[in-house]
Amino acid sequence: MTMASAEPYVTEDGRTIGGVVMELKNITLRFGGVVAIKDISFDIREGEIRAIIGPNGAGKSSMLNVISGFYTPTEGEVWFEGKPRPKMRPYQVAQQGIARTFQNIALFSGMSTLDNIMTGRITRMRTGLFSQALWMGKAEREETEHRAAVEKIIDFLEIQHIRKTPVGRLPYGLQKRVELGRALAAEPRLLLLDEPMAGMNVEEKEDMSRFILDVNDEFGTTIVLIEHDMGVVMDLSDRVVVMDYGKKIGDGPPTEVRNNKEVIDAYLGVSHD
Amino acid sequence: MPDQFLYAVEVMINGLMAGVLYALVALGFVLIFKASGIFNYAQGVLALFAALTLVGLQKGQIPFAHLINAAFGTKVHYFGWTMPTFLAIALTIVVMILLAIAIERFILKHLVNQEPIILFMATIGLAYFLEGLGDVMWGADVKTLDVGLPQGASEWVEEASAVLGGDGFYGFFIDKLDIVAALVAAVLVITLTIFSQYSKQGRALRAVADDHQAALSVGISLRFIWVLVWSIAGIVALVAGIMWGAKSGVQFSLSLIALKALPVLMLGGFTSIPGAIVGGLIIGVGEKLFEFTIGSMIGGATENWFAYVLALVFLVFRPQGLFGEKIIERV
Repeated sequence: MTMASAEPYVTEDGRTIGGVVMELKNITLRFGGVVAIKDISFDIREGEIRAIIGPNGAGKSSMLNVISGFYTPTEGEVWFEGKPRPKMRPYQVAQQGIARTFQNIALFSGMSTLDNIMTGRITRMRTGLFSQALWMGKAEREETEHRAAVEKIIDFLEIQHIRKTPVGRLPYGLQKRVELGRALAAEPRLLLLDEPMAGMNVEEKEDMSRFILDVNDEFGTTIVLIEHDMGVVMDLSDRVVVMDYGKKIGDGPPTEVRNNKEVIDAYLGVSHD
Repeated sequence: MPDQFLYAVEVMINGLMAGVLYALVALGFVLIFKASGIFNYAQGVLALFAALTLVGLQKGQIPFAHLINAAFGTKVHYFGWTMPTFLAIALTIVVMILLAIAIERFILKHLVNQEPIILFMATIGLAYFLEGLGDVMWGADVKTLDVGLPQGASEWVEEASAVLGGDGFYGFFIDKLDIVAALVAAVLVITLTIFSQYSKQGRALRAVADDHQAALSVGISLRFIWVLVWSIAGIVALVAGIMWGAKSGVQFSLSLIALKALPVLMLGGFTSIPGAIVGGLIIGVGEKLFEFTIGSMIGGATENWFAYVLALVFLVFRPQGLFGEKIIERV
């Protein structure tokens, strides 16, 4: 199932998703004596929504940090677009077209919604320091183009009313949405969402689910998401990886994973007698 | 108009001009504080070092001449050229950028994620290192700096304002250099504000100030931004160094003006570029007017302490300064 392959794949909903974009090969991550991730392999296919689930402390966020370059795996390789990825700093990974959001929102709280989303386009801006400093024609044209792209995202996420508000003053749910907007602004090849719905009420969760599905549907963006809410995961994702204590205990379509005995044990607990 | 009032106005105008110089130094502090949360104790020394380098290049001084002479028994001091001012300024800017790269490479890079107090201590070390380096490279004597800026009383202002008073009033006395300084400061502030609000790098700079992780995640290189911000601070220091140097000579007490920038920052707020300017002006005018009105009654020399007392008052009633961001901690 996790064999690298360029062949398309048909999900259980009958959706066809593309070949493998990223492959994680035997990833192990250790902090001193603590093993956060133990020899995990899985792949991510073009255009799919791939969920990573598991109980608290299973190593899900660590996995996302490996993909986004915030952590360097102790062992194993990350293959991206058919090539092994050399050791990279997080900003270099971002420049490769991998955008992310954080579990505990990391926004630029003093800046407006508009400016926050504009920073998301930094990897797409080409003019150099000199013309930027002098505000020459080219830089100005570029700024206008990027502004238009950002306005589209603002419309898409229905946050026109808070364009000029400093994000530090926004309620939690809206901050999460702005953070998604900033990641989208990079027009990423791969979008990583770390618990996009944590701490939200039902209505906010429904909104966020709709946005995630729309992003995947309209832009064809490949999404990897970590989520606790099993209902949400089952509805959204095409394929699911299940982690527990740093190990992979399941990998497959949602219904298959839901019926996997090990997964049920990990979630509900099992008596060891 | 009563002459007494006119004199007060003149004192005030001169205070404004002195304030501009304070503001120029404070500006360098604000830039680095905004981008990295570091209070850069070395900002004043940076201005001194920039001015020393400029004079040295202009006059064709051989760097480390004393050291070379001591080691080889030679008696070299000058290359024997006079460099055009424009070229000397351009080269000094290059030196300040190289210095910024060295600071990032040898200090900041190793102190990532450390407490602000540790970074602050590092800048104290940097200040003394640079002061020593400036001494060894260019010598400790007081140097005159002449970059061709106009100096002396502005006759135009004097004549135009003479009509305001009676026979005994000859018009306001304002140094041309002060007017130039004010114009330069205005241009600098406007440029920096536009740069930080509307350019890619400016936005990246503010982003880094707000959240390192998030900045990395959108593809910003922290190291590049640090080099950039220290370079800009170095260039601002050069401007401040030129102005102070032209006014009172390039001497090592220049590094002490950094201390006067502290009350300016407390008034203006550590994070506000316009705040640095307004703070500088208030301190400049305040200390001149205080000396003029009350100073003579209590023995004079109030300019030495007035700024600090004013800052103390501000700390009690408005700790975030006039323009600083109010910090509200949730309990």
